[in-house]
Amino acid sequence: MSPPNDPTPAAPVAGHDLERLRHFYNQMLRIRRFEEAAARAYTQGKISGFLHLYIGQEAIAVATADLMRPGDRVVTTYRDHGFAVALGCDTGACMAELYGKKTGLVGGNGGSMHFFAKEQGLWGGYAIVGGHVPVATGHAFASKYLGDGAVTLCFLGEGAMHIGATHEGMHLAGLWRLPVVFVIENNQYAMGTPLRRQTAVDDLTVRAPAYRMTSDRWVVRDVFETRARLARAIEQAREESQPSLIELLTYRFRGHSMSDPGKYRSKDEVDQWKERDPLHRAQVQLRDEHGVSEEELDALDERIGEEMDAAVEFAESSPLPDPEHRFRGHYVEDDLAAGGEG
Amino acid sequence: MTVLQIREALRAAIDEEMARDDRVFVMGEEVGHYDGAYKVTEGLLAKYGEQRVVDTPIAEAGFAGVGIGAAMAGLRPIVEFMTFNFSAVAFDQILNNAAKLRQLSNGQFTLPIVFRGPNAAAHMLSSTHSQAFESFYCGFPGVKVISVATPYDAKGLLKSAIRDDNPVLFFESEVMYSVKGEVPDEEYLIPIGKADIKRPGEGITVITWGQGVPVALAAAELAARDGLDCEVIDLRTLRPLDDEAVLASVRKTNRAVLVYHGWPYGGTGAEVSDRIQRLAFDHLDAPIERVCYDDVNMPYAENLEQLVIPSPERALEVIRKVAYYRI
Repeated sequence: MSPPNDPTPAAPVAGHDLERLRHFYNQMLRIRRFEEAAARAYTQGKISGFLHLYIGQEAIAVATADLMRPGDRVVTTYRDHGFAVALGCDTGACMAELYGKKTGLVGGNGGSMHFFAKEQGLWGGYAIVGGHVPVATGHAFASKYLGDGAVTLCFLGEGAMHIGATHEGMHLAGLWRLPVVFVIENNQYAMGTPLRRQTAVDDLTVRAPAYRMTSDRWVVRDVFETRARLARAIEQAREESQPSLIELLTYRFRGHSMSDPGKYRSKDEVDQWKERDPLHRAQVQLRDEHGVSEEELDALDERIGEEMDAAVEFAESSPLPDPEHRFRGHYVEDDLAAGGEG
Repeated sequence: MTVLQIREALRAAIDEEMARDDRVFVMGEEVGHYDGAYKVTEGLLAKYGEQRVVDTPIAEAGFAGVGIGAAMAGLRPIVEFMTFNFSAVAFDQILNNAAKLRQLSNGQFTLPIVFRGPNAAAHMLSSTHSQAFESFYCGFPGVKVISVATPYDAKGLLKSAIRDDNPVLFFESEVMYSVKGEVPDEEYLIPIGKADIKRPGEGITVITWGQGVPVALAAAELAARDGLDCEVIDLRTLRPLDDEAVLASVRKTNRAVLVYHGWPYGGTGAEVSDRIQRLAFDHLDAPIERVCYDDVNMPYAENLEQLVIPSPERALEVIRKVAYYRI
């Protein structure tokens, strides 16, 4: 689907200062380069399994990470690398997880679709569509119960809007007024099925009133705008325990996963969305509005390239999990037997 | 000692654990204002309030998932299914989240959560409301499964389940909530994973659990009139299984019969049978037999239902067959 007419025009956003812009650009570029490195390794047959890339959607994770306070949680889908990188997980550990190594983010138990990093606020990449929505509601339930002031941010694809668990999770969050923000990353396609063949409506936030949630909806083309509008929803959750439903219109520039050539969409369509790439926009702003030189941009890219090379090197040189590791972690008692290693 | 019904023993366990730890809460359909569909949670709302006795809409996948998410974030939920039949629509939450998240996250999360409610056939509820879920929930790692048949076991094991840091499936029985029995006045816990000899004997080992227990005990009584001395073992915990209790008995009697509510294909009965033949092969003097449901959808008609459900008479017939088996 081509980019829609923006439901709302881009609001001018204050705070476009150079250091913030540079930080956001750096983080978005790190995610993109991480994903490209993962794709290369996959193509070379070095990693296997399913690999769903976040390329095109980076601004969402970066804006979110910038808004999170200690104790806040992100719960997301199997397209989870972007959040891990944005939230500060070590790219070596992330890459090692894709390689199924002992040093991986979850010790080789989860792979691409199941990143967890509690300390960094990543409460999970979930691979059963919609299955994480009630769990996220449960985190928010605990926050309200304990009065810890934390907000849970639950990300889901637009394809997850049509399965029962999503409805039940949102329904309970609305009923109990829990401090949670549900963010639909509408990247236009559920695997190969465009939105118009998935649902009878174009605007998925029409469901919000049924859950007594507030809503917002915009095209993700600017990381500052996305940050500012997400901030309002997060504040509402934190201060008023008012949940909300956000629909972000975005696009993945690659296929659903590495096995998908994306034949169901035209080059024109992809190009139109690429023109709105928030990463590209940030680069133009750095160069044109702040006079950052090409050399400086190249140097930044090079540094990130080195980080990703190092991540790949770390992954490739890391040991495989111990054979005994497959028995660990299923029960609390196993961990004790294994010396707390998990 | 006080004589309690099973429902009262369960309630006492929940009440004591809620009083002990304010992270423990109860959630489910009709658990609060209605005082529980089977009155297990009667009076708890009045005592603990709406924050800790949480009525839910009819949304099992939703509230099972909420319980899981709350457990990951530091609470200790007791999720009541009005019957385990309704847990089928929450199966993904239990299978893919409760059972997996600790291992999947490489130990970053613990999930201290109890899913409890009545299991197996009651009386004339037909096929969708008469199912025994052992074969499903014992079929994968990451959860513990308990099935109780006396007030003493119900209280002691539910308290242990609530204190356990793993997800626990806790099976009760709709037709046994009013069964009475003695319960100590002082606090006690029963360890998870330990079977109990409900009737000692030397001749034939009868292994059972849950609603099968009264059937097995009645059959043992009938068998005694024939001079057959049955040892009735109540597994109480179905995962992890207490192999040693079963094997010690079989090594003594050399004969085993299983009596339980559930289908014959696969499941807990088949698992126990497999372990006995593998781990006590040399001790067996007869094939292991199972008295369970016929391999059919539970019919509504009373006469048909009674034919499907294990009865003491049917169990006695099988006990005799095993007792008089000649190699």
